[in-house]
Amino acid sequence: MTIGVQCVPQSKKGKFEIMAANPRIIVVGGGLAGLSAVIKIAEAGGKVDLFSIVPVKRSHSVCAQGGINAAKNLKGEGDTTWNHFDDTVYGGDFLANQTPVKGMCEAAPGIIDLLDRMGVPFNRTPEGLLDFRRFGGTLFNRTAFAGATTGQQLLYALDEQVRRYESEDKVQKYEGWEFLSAVLDGNRVCRGICAMNLRTMEVRNFPADAIIIATGGNGALFGRSTNSVVCTGSANAALYQQGAYYANGEFIQVHPTCIPGEDKLRLMSESARGEGGRVWVPRKAGDSRAWNSIPSEERFYFLEEWYPKYGNLVPRDVATRAIHRVVFELGLGIDGQAMVYLDLTHIDRATLDRKLEGILEIYEKFVGDDPREVPMKIFPGMHYTMGGLWVDFNQMTNIAGVFAAGEAEYQYHGANRLGANSLLSCIYGGSLAGPKAIEYAKSLPAAQGDGGHAAEKKRQEEINTGLMHSDGTENPFKIWRELGETMTKNVTVIRYNKALKETDEKIYELLERYRNINLSDKTTWANTSFAFTRQLYNMLQLSRVVAQGAALRDESRGAHYKPDFPDRDDERFLKTTKAYFAPDVDEPRFEFEPVDTQFIKPRPRRYDAAK
Amino acid sequence: MAERTVKFEVKRQSGPDAAVVWDKFELPYHPGMNVISSLREIAANPTTVDGKATTPIAYDSNCLEEVCGSCAMVINGKARMACSALIDNLEQPVKLQPLTKFPIVRDLMVDRSVLFENLKRVKAWVPLDGTYDLGSGPRILPQVQEENYPLSRCISCTICMEVCPQFNESTGFVGAATIAQVKLFNQHPTGKVLKEERLHALMGDGGIQECGYAQNCVQACPKQLPLTRAISDIGRDVIIQSVKDLFTT
Repeated sequence: MTIGVQCVPQSKKGKFEIMAANPRIIVVGGGLAGLSAVIKIAEAGGKVDLFSIVPVKRSHSVCAQGGINAAKNLKGEGDTTWNHFDDTVYGGDFLANQTPVKGMCEAAPGIIDLLDRMGVPFNRTPEGLLDFRRFGGTLFNRTAFAGATTGQQLLYALDEQVRRYESEDKVQKYEGWEFLSAVLDGNRVCRGICAMNLRTMEVRNFPADAIIIATGGNGALFGRSTNSVVCTGSANAALYQQGAYYANGEFIQVHPTCIPGEDKLRLMSESARGEGGRVWVPRKAGDSRAWNSIPSEERFYFLEEWYPKYGNLVPRDVATRAIHRVVFELGLGIDGQAMVYLDLTHIDRATLDRKLEGILEIYEKFVGDDPREVPMKIFPGMHYTMGGLWVDFNQMTNIAGVFAAGEAEYQYHGANRLGANSLLSCIYGGSLAGPKAIEYAKSLPAAQGDGGHAAEKKRQEEINTGLMHSDGTENPFKIWRELGETMTKNVTVIRYNKALKETDEKIYELLERYRNINLSDKTTWANTSFAFTRQLYNMLQLSRVVAQGAALRDESRGAHYKPDFPDRDDERFLKTTKAYFAPDVDEPRFEFEPVDTQFIKPRPRRYDAAK
Repeated sequence: MAERTVKFEVKRQSGPDAAVVWDKFELPYHPGMNVISSLREIAANPTTVDGKATTPIAYDSNCLEEVCGSCAMVINGKARMACSALIDNLEQPVKLQPLTKFPIVRDLMVDRSVLFENLKRVKAWVPLDGTYDLGSGPRILPQVQEENYPLSRCISCTICMEVCPQFNESTGFVGAATIAQVKLFNQHPTGKVLKEERLHALMGDGGIQECGYAQNCVQACPKQLPLTRAISDIGRDVIIQSVKDLFTT
């Protein structure tokens, strides 16, 4: 028999093993992280299949607004990549492993150059150089931006490069396919994925020597968030149930400035404050005067008063808690409601249009007021998943051959992400995962037998058959609504152990009710509610990781705040939370891992004065 | 007082070849509701006004803030994004239909992959030498950035194609969105290395000369792209290129 691959005659086990000379990599997710990985693999001559629920140009990365951080030091401020590293670690309350964060911050200026060469229309200075603006958690102008639609512009640039590779047959796209699970062989080594076509509902296996999960965050656990519809965390949850560690799940970023909406919470970028926007409420509770009849001395610019050094640009967790305090403890919300002003009216129109048009347009369209004329009314909303699949410094999970990058993994932001670091971590993580996956795959021995493909396909088809024959009474959309309400109420800004315990019990109840589900659509063509119902099960399982992880961490750190344990406790909790699924009890178990703090010694985190 | 409600009529088709039916729904009114939140409400209780149980309505959506381009549909006769269609601003009954110029998948879902194929055809990218470190990009004056940035905000919603009288099977017209991307990349200091190839791709059948200057595109574009200006600029470049071709071949 002739085989067109390199043969290694005898392994230690005495069996015939075959190495993949030209490995095939699967990337799941077509946002910034996934596309970065695809570009690196295609450029290195690897074969890559790209899977995405939506056409990749419609991925959630388009929603990122404010910018991307890199210490290019083009403003004569003496900024350095070390400063960026220190701000990021400090902003994340020392929970992030420092080696990968340092690598990211050092790579950032080169990443900006690359994006610039790709044609991203970054805003410019009069000399034609890149312009930079202020963002939260730093005192430097470190954020490159393209108006207020930076994520969209970055995603398009990468999408264009991938389309170029696609036209050269170096990338095969599978848009409209949803990842269901990894295919694992008898040694628990990944041999591909099992996916479902969202039109034909066909379940099919795709072999690969390594896979990269870049499926983003899990906003849907909270019902309404700033996330897109596809950000369910379902792929992550599926892998967690297959044995992948899920790390720091309890760290959820609630963005201070969103427009509450019926269907979603729409983000009002931190760049609004980066460009001088001010947050305030009337000093007097119940003040019913129009905003412009309130003189400045009767306005409470609480962020500026409480945090004089950073002012409106404190990190998001700090700003969010301040708004909560003003609204719920001091009772100063506008018109007695859960809202505060985000005011841009003192900035001239031309500047606003040049730098913030994208978000002003969103406010105008969805609220009806012009924020150039009237202060915006905003409130915090769930925004970002700091936690995610546990990965090593090569972006590989604990399942051999399963890599992860972007918001889907956990390692760059610690307990709180700084604004404009997410686009950076996506591109950096994806660019690292691609080559590392190839490296891994090149020394991968061939699978024995079918590598677990038939068994996994059967398992997934059985889940589908079970759902299609469900005849219960529970509506999946109603279960989801209840999940979101509970999670938002108890597992966001302020956390109490009693409420967290009740939340976990509620999720358990919802899982029980899920077993009595009624699928109102049992057709086998473009059945969106069927796909959603599958995701819902995974969301419920992952929600328990978030709620139980929060219950276990009896301290306050970054975005995780417990009034009963108001201080950071490095002795007990300067540790990564690692959840794993225990199939026998159908719930998570937890381990804790020390954090790499070799470069910067943890110190108290405060933003009322310079660090 | 009777509870305030919102009425909907939805054009439905369970598959590309299935019969068309119109389903009517009535939902309790909430302040701030939009077409997407209404479709979700229907999914949570998929029952028509006649009390008939039906399936949730299939539709595309993702970002819900008019930047991903997914949820384009025809609402009260007008092609627009469903997420930004606030019920308060719509006449009732709210009539929802799929886009008409693209193959139906199901209900309000259509297949718009033709746009992505067109973007391939015109090589809408900057041809990089590689992603390794080659230093900073070209200097670009703010005025140039300000001209290019609006073109780069196209969300690929295909509404410009939907409303274009020339975008149909007989012309094979590529549509305004693609032409705007040609202008964007032809203006980029590095991207313009492919300028001739892009202009050639817009010549002949389905090319830029199919445009009938109806100007529907520029009025319907949810992101207000300067589409007609892009078409006239690129139309001129195509003509100049054709003349050049006469002398070089």
